[in-house]
Amino acid sequence: MSMPMHDCLIRMVEDDHPLEDYQSGIPRWCSGCGDNAVLAAVQRLCRDENLRPEKLAFVSGIGCASRFPHYMRTYGFHGIHGRALPIAEGVKMARPDLHVFVNTGDGDCCSIGAAHWLHAIRYNMNMTVVLHDNHVYGLTKKQVSPTSPKGLRSNTTPHGSYLDAMNPLTVTLGVTNVSFVAQAVDWIPEAVYAVIRAAYHHKGFSFVRIIQRCPEFLPTMWEPWLRDPEKTLLLEHEDGIAYSAGLQRIYKNRQAHDPSDIHRAREIASSIDPVPVGILYRDESVPCYEDVREAGKPRPIEMVKSGLEAELDKFTVWPDADETGRTA
Amino acid sequence: MNETLAPVREDETVEPSLPRGSLAKTAVTVLDECVVEIISDSGEGAQRCGQSLGAIAARMGNGVWTVEIIPAEIQPPARSVAGASGNRIRLGASRIANGGDGVDVVVAFNEQVLLGRVRAGELKPGCTIFLESMWRTHGDARIAAAYRETYEELVERGYLVVEVPFERLCKPVVPDPRRGKNMFVLGLLCSLFSFDLKLAREQVRLTFRKKSDTVVRANLALLEAGAAWAEDNLDVKYRIPAVRATEPQIVVNGNTSLALGVLASGMEICAMYPITPATSASHYLSEVFERVGGIVHQAEDEIAACTFAIGASYAGKCAVTITSGPGYSLKQEAIGLAVMCEIPLVVINVQRGGPSTGQPTKGEQGDLLTAIYGSHGDAPKVVMAASTIEDCFYSVITARKIAEAFNMVVVVLSDSNLATSQQPFPRPKFDEAWLAPPIDQSPVPFGTKPYDWNPDTGLIRRIVPGQPNGMHTITGLAHDRDSRVAYDPVINQEAIRARSLKLAALQKTLKAPPVFGDPEGDLLIVGWGSTRGAIEEAVTRARAEGLKVSSTHLHFLQPLQPGIREIMQRFGKVLCVEANWCDRPEDRLIDENNRRFSALAMMLRSRFLVDIDCWGEVMGQPIKPATIHDVIRARLA
Repeated sequence: MSMPMHDCLIRMVEDDHPLEDYQSGIPRWCSGCGDNAVLAAVQRLCRDENLRPEKLAFVSGIGCASRFPHYMRTYGFHGIHGRALPIAEGVKMARPDLHVFVNTGDGDCCSIGAAHWLHAIRYNMNMTVVLHDNHVYGLTKKQVSPTSPKGLRSNTTPHGSYLDAMNPLTVTLGVTNVSFVAQAVDWIPEAVYAVIRAAYHHKGFSFVRIIQRCPEFLPTMWEPWLRDPEKTLLLEHEDGIAYSAGLQRIYKNRQAHDPSDIHRAREIASSIDPVPVGILYRDESVPCYEDVREAGKPRPIEMVKSGLEAELDKFTVWPDADETGRTA
Repeated sequence: MNETLAPVREDETVEPSLPRGSLAKTAVTVLDECVVEIISDSGEGAQRCGQSLGAIAARMGNGVWTVEIIPAEIQPPARSVAGASGNRIRLGASRIANGGDGVDVVVAFNEQVLLGRVRAGELKPGCTIFLESMWRTHGDARIAAAYRETYEELVERGYLVVEVPFERLCKPVVPDPRRGKNMFVLGLLCSLFSFDLKLAREQVRLTFRKKSDTVVRANLALLEAGAAWAEDNLDVKYRIPAVRATEPQIVVNGNTSLALGVLASGMEICAMYPITPATSASHYLSEVFERVGGIVHQAEDEIAACTFAIGASYAGKCAVTITSGPGYSLKQEAIGLAVMCEIPLVVINVQRGGPSTGQPTKGEQGDLLTAIYGSHGDAPKVVMAASTIEDCFYSVITARKIAEAFNMVVVVLSDSNLATSQQPFPRPKFDEAWLAPPIDQSPVPFGTKPYDWNPDTGLIRRIVPGQPNGMHTITGLAHDRDSRVAYDPVINQEAIRARSLKLAALQKTLKAPPVFGDPEGDLLIVGWGSTRGAIEEAVTRARAEGLKVSSTHLHFLQPLQPGIREIMQRFGKVLCVEANWCDRPEDRLIDENNRRFSALAMMLRSRFLVDIDCWGEVMGQPIKPATIHDVIRARLA
């Protein structure tokens, strides 16, 4: 039976998703917040890759950035503080067919959820993880975060914070099974898009740190970097990102970096001035936990039945046919 | 029933626990029941001996309940009082549903582990002890002296101590008698209880099925040697009447039963973190789950285990997480998330003594209120409790069904008593209806709201990722019918109402709990969980004395089953019996204004406005029927 022509047309239109198909609601982030830059890049990626909205799952924890799934017209799970990664792992294990994205902030990922972060790297499940790092707690109104610069005056450190900032890139690059690490800054949209796109195409745990400005609580922290393009280091490679001519005219401080070189990646990762932008590390050979565990394998009823019966057999005491009903 | 098996009061002279034989070897004494313990240092095979004895008894058609005796440490020092490891096996002519009171026959591989049991008050006065005698002539004078001293003490206390040189007797049969004497003891006990040696041989073959023929043959030889020694040297033989089962039975402990339930429920993902005493359920599941396409994920912590299961449930079939008390506390915030988002989830809590690290290997029922009222805010969830080994299996299947039918969290409570006890039950007959249906991936009609709460039942239609047109973001924040963050003051209350109504909707489908004993009388005992066997045995004993006592056991704790009020109204007094603390009215500071009731009593009092009394014990050991029997007598005095 053939399909009526108008159905075919509808299908064609449906299969080609415009940007609006991924947009939901009006973001309630502050104007100038880096989260907006990430949202724009991700929605563009979905359109460019023509991803089916029902096959996308955005998982987040708690914090400004974790509002992200609400602004995507896809499936989303806005969870609890720090636990975005294990929730996303459960989603991926149950449904390897879904594209899983995680949006997590510096408090969510590097503080309350730090244990999950380390283990998520080790599991290396195929998902794109964006660390929205604005170096401060925003939703709870300006407390120091693990990535805050030392000396930050916040509501919990009124005399200045006491400790040096944690570097999420070097931490990630130090964990067994790390397979993809990239960084971008929210004020270079082209780079934000490029690293998130590369992360999406990497099979494994793709960790992208986006350095963000918090216009409300840390408005000037990155001011020197914005004023001086020399303070940004663009990482280039044939296996990495190719930047537009326009961008290259502004950002002249560029360096060839082979993403398979983990030692160099660690050196680059520890630099904050200049701040590296691009793919630091990529290893396609690390196995994904969901593949190792054979997730998504078909599971017919007969398989469950025979498996259960075989187990029950082990523990069964069979009545003796010849001595049934014997009493004392 | 042999009257000498009744508990002997301290003020009475010590009578033999079991009738002792004469020199006439053919004398076989018929017993109604008997409690046997085999205890040793860790690694001497007492567990295997005890479990085999239990299985043989089950094959004979006897009622059996076996309990593991577990030291708290992995490798406790050898010959230490705290290091007793082994099994208690209670054998009976009819169904046995608990570990009983005192021990009638003990086999001990050294006198120190035996002392541990003596001091714990586990031995019946006059109990028969088979004691490894090699220590008497041990090269280390201190060991020999300790042995002799203990021997004298035991004899003085009136126990019948039979010294047996187990290792010496095993030496002609196997090169390493320390590891082989357990099967020698099995042979001895099979002879003592007149078990069919053919069944015993089959059991030994089954026990060592994964080992080489040489190992099987050696263990069979040990079995025969033990039986032959008993025939030649013991002047007594017992027989416990048995009715051979006509249907196949399975013999597993509660944790294996829970794991089999997970298998049978059609759940596909179990996320867990190791914790005693729940872990053995996950051990077993890890061994077998992959064969049916399931996955056990050992997460990095309890919170990750729970949230992983929630993520898996959200995107696929209902998942399960298995834990014990401290782990349950850690999962509480995540459980609230599942409640708020209405994600089906099964949480199994194999309770242990608390609070804090408490008594990891000992039993208690202290997590009832935290299971029901736990997580912050108003987080209604279903709470069920397994009361038998069989119940562990079926409770998981029921829990999965309820979780998915109502989009709720279902907590299944077990405890360390059920976890390590074995009791035969009819082999389950597989039913396809146990399994979860395939995940719905059909398009959702346009306009369907993810939280379109039914005004009567609170129920929603579950939408799973992958369904076209169903896209929405779920959130732990208060949300409206479209799953959008709720800023309207009314919608939060509507949502709370709907989530609350689901419990009432479930409650309407439940049946009243059955009453054990007459439907009316002077005293009703209400219990839940693993105390069932002991409570019902105590009720039986008290009723035999003419006391008008009955009991009822609650399978659902939240929502409570219907009909409980009507049952209670037909009794003069109601008493909750739990392995939970409740303040003793006789304590000087305790009065009716400050008395803390046990968990179930507190719930029933608030629910039914009835002056319900309670009694509880937190000794770490399963509550004994004799103890409950005494409580009944006191309450009806």
